[in-house]
Amino acid sequence: MATRHDTAAPPVKEGGAAPGRPPAEPTEAEQRHRARLSRRWQRDKRWSPYAFVSPFFLLFLAFGLFPLVYTGWASLHQVEMTAPTDMTWVGMRNYTRIFDDDFFWNAAKNTLTIGIISTVPQLLMAMGLAHILNYKLRASTFYRVAMLAPYATSIAAASLVFVLLFGRDYGMINWALHFVGIDAIDWQNDKWPSQFAVSSIVIWRWTGYNALIYLAAMQAIPQDLYESAALDGASRWKQFLHVTLPSLRPTILFTVVVSTIGASQVFGEPLLFDANKGASGGAEHQFQTLGLYLYEQGWVNQHLGRASAIAWTMFLILIVIGIVNYVISRRLRASS
Amino acid sequence: MRARTLPHTRLRSSGGTRMTRRVVVLAAVTALGAGLLAGCADDSGDDGASDGSSSGGGKGKTTITLGLFGTMGFKEAGLYTEYEKLHPDIKIAENVTERNENYYPALVNHLTTNSGLMDVQAIEVGNIAEVVATQASKFEDMSKVSGVDKSNWLDWKWSQGTTKDGQTIGLGTDIGPMALCYRKDLFQAAGLPTDREAVGKLWAGDWNKFVSTGEQYKKKAKAGTFFMDSPGGLINAILSSEKEKFYDSSGEIIYKSNPAVKAAFDLTAKAAEEGLVQAQTQFQPAWDTTIANSKFATIACPPWMLGTIKGKAKAEDAGKWDVAVAPKSGNWGGSFLGVPKSGKHVKEAEAFITWLTAPEQQAKLFKVQGSFPSAPSTYTMAEVTGAKNDMTGDSPIGTVFSEAAKTAPVQVIGPKDQIIQQGLTDNGVILVTKGKSAAEAWNTATKTIDNNLDK
Repeated sequence: MATRHDTAAPPVKEGGAAPGRPPAEPTEAEQRHRARLSRRWQRDKRWSPYAFVSPFFLLFLAFGLFPLVYTGWASLHQVEMTAPTDMTWVGMRNYTRIFDDDFFWNAAKNTLTIGIISTVPQLLMAMGLAHILNYKLRASTFYRVAMLAPYATSIAAASLVFVLLFGRDYGMINWALHFVGIDAIDWQNDKWPSQFAVSSIVIWRWTGYNALIYLAAMQAIPQDLYESAALDGASRWKQFLHVTLPSLRPTILFTVVVSTIGASQVFGEPLLFDANKGASGGAEHQFQTLGLYLYEQGWVNQHLGRASAIAWTMFLILIVIGIVNYVISRRLRASS
Repeated sequence: MRARTLPHTRLRSSGGTRMTRRVVVLAAVTALGAGLLAGCADDSGDDGASDGSSSGGGKGKTTITLGLFGTMGFKEAGLYTEYEKLHPDIKIAENVTERNENYYPALVNHLTTNSGLMDVQAIEVGNIAEVVATQASKFEDMSKVSGVDKSNWLDWKWSQGTTKDGQTIGLGTDIGPMALCYRKDLFQAAGLPTDREAVGKLWAGDWNKFVSTGEQYKKKAKAGTFFMDSPGGLINAILSSEKEKFYDSSGEIIYKSNPAVKAAFDLTAKAAEEGLVQAQTQFQPAWDTTIANSKFATIACPPWMLGTIKGKAKAEDAGKWDVAVAPKSGNWGGSFLGVPKSGKHVKEAEAFITWLTAPEQQAKLFKVQGSFPSAPSTYTMAEVTGAKNDMTGDSPIGTVFSEAAKTAPVQVIGPKDQIIQQGLTDNGVILVTKGKSAAEAWNTATKTIDNNLDK
């Protein structure tokens, strides 16, 4: 609510707190009392802010930092989930064996390919959708809400429906393909089809979300830029290329970073895509992502030490991705 | 873009809705708070009852919670209602996870942290060895509970749930003596006998004969049908009839060197190569649909599988199924119920599962749900000998399964049986249906399993 100057108190001046009372010499007791109050006030002023921010840091210590450190500690041991307190020191063994662990590298490759086939089309589609929604449309709020609906759906529900759609023998997609003369595709057991199917769940879920972010950024582009571009005879497409895209650069960078981090952690979609094979990500691990492999080692096979080493390796990979993103974005900013 | 031109109208309109928004938020907070309070009230009611302060006057009932997986059928067989009637101050609530592959990791996690456990936890036979070996200290010793009589159970079932020093952590529920269910109409169309005795003779004593029967079936089979449902089902059936499969009796892992395992793998791969089994994974939606569409002629069939078939098949298929003895008897499945020490109502839970696993209740469970009793005294009871299933018409399924139960080998089970089994089926034989050679499939399977076993 706006402050109304006619009712608000005027700013306090020196000694303005107790007008009317004559300044009397304070007694000694009163002086002590005042000093104590003042000390308390000082302390209060000094420490209260820390108390106010402490909840976050306490929670972070308990649920962020401690697990991180503990995972690091566990990754240097051989430890099973059936007896988490019974640790045997193995040094870097859990890390060194990751280098010749075919399953880890297979999972890393899958994470990369699934990440690419889900993120790239997703962001392109989101951009297109945002551009369309940015026009004056009837019922635009409806479209905006509808775009966010997939994001609000739980991964589990969405994945289970997609599993039915992508079924080999009775799935709707193969049924539709058969009308255009394409043979049944085994979406779960073949490498590329399965990765594509998993990606499609990710795309379905996140496109609307990214589109709304783009839309918000587009709305902040000054209208006069378009008007002057139109006066210069630029077509809609030229306007998009030369006005919208450059203005969206920071937003695009943001969505790329967020999507990359999201893609490196893809877990629920592949886990539920073949519920029976669960964490192994298909008969030949053809869509096992790093997240799934971590889960398989830790929770299915109960090797906490190995799983911790995988978690830390993933963490380091994410840091590398972050640095690369930072460097690229600095270059881009410098060039613009 | 449009809103930028009219900032004032925007502000005013949002100011107008602020009041309603506040009301909505307030309402939400109130509702949540009320919910939380209600939750607390329920809890304290429970605790009061567990202290024995309940007089059974309808208020403050003790709720015994069960953590189960799959369809164990206690509720469906009406056993909870019956117990609640016998004990008016007890209420029973179950919490079911569909697949044991998801249930078991959570159970281990809860056991090691000693939190989040139900009053009763079910343990699958594939995991019992690991739980007995590593988590026994977290469970009550059921052999010391009054009313529990060791001689009620089959010896091997009792000893599976008991540690070396004699602590029994779980009471046996059902077992899975395995037979073969087959479709009489499909067998007839393929020119095979349909009588259960004659069908059993086709493959008696040898799984190789079973596969040759499949070859015979395929020659004249109804179009679009398969001899068996899935490679996983076949290898599982063959392996379950072996005395030693993945571990030897001293506890060593022998799955790679055990000729019986390799033979089972190769035989299944052969059947898959010849197109005798369908490229399905059991208990998946597509497999369910395959049952409903009557696409396969046989399925390895422990008694509980009849319940599954009944649940998935179309009503008009009633009576078209029958049960014949398997080439060699085996055991597939079966569970245990244990009481974690950290449960809220340990005494009540012990009394409850003692009752629930007593022979009379096991017999009732079989009659309604098809879970075969692990209490041999029931095998002569009318509930077992006279049991019928809608899908198999008048067939005396109880007698067939009792026979299988008596002749099944006492199998050595090991702590990582489930991981090995899953590697062989889901990362192994299924690949043959995808056009891989048996050798490639074996390679993938063993590589996966070794990686999973490596600590």
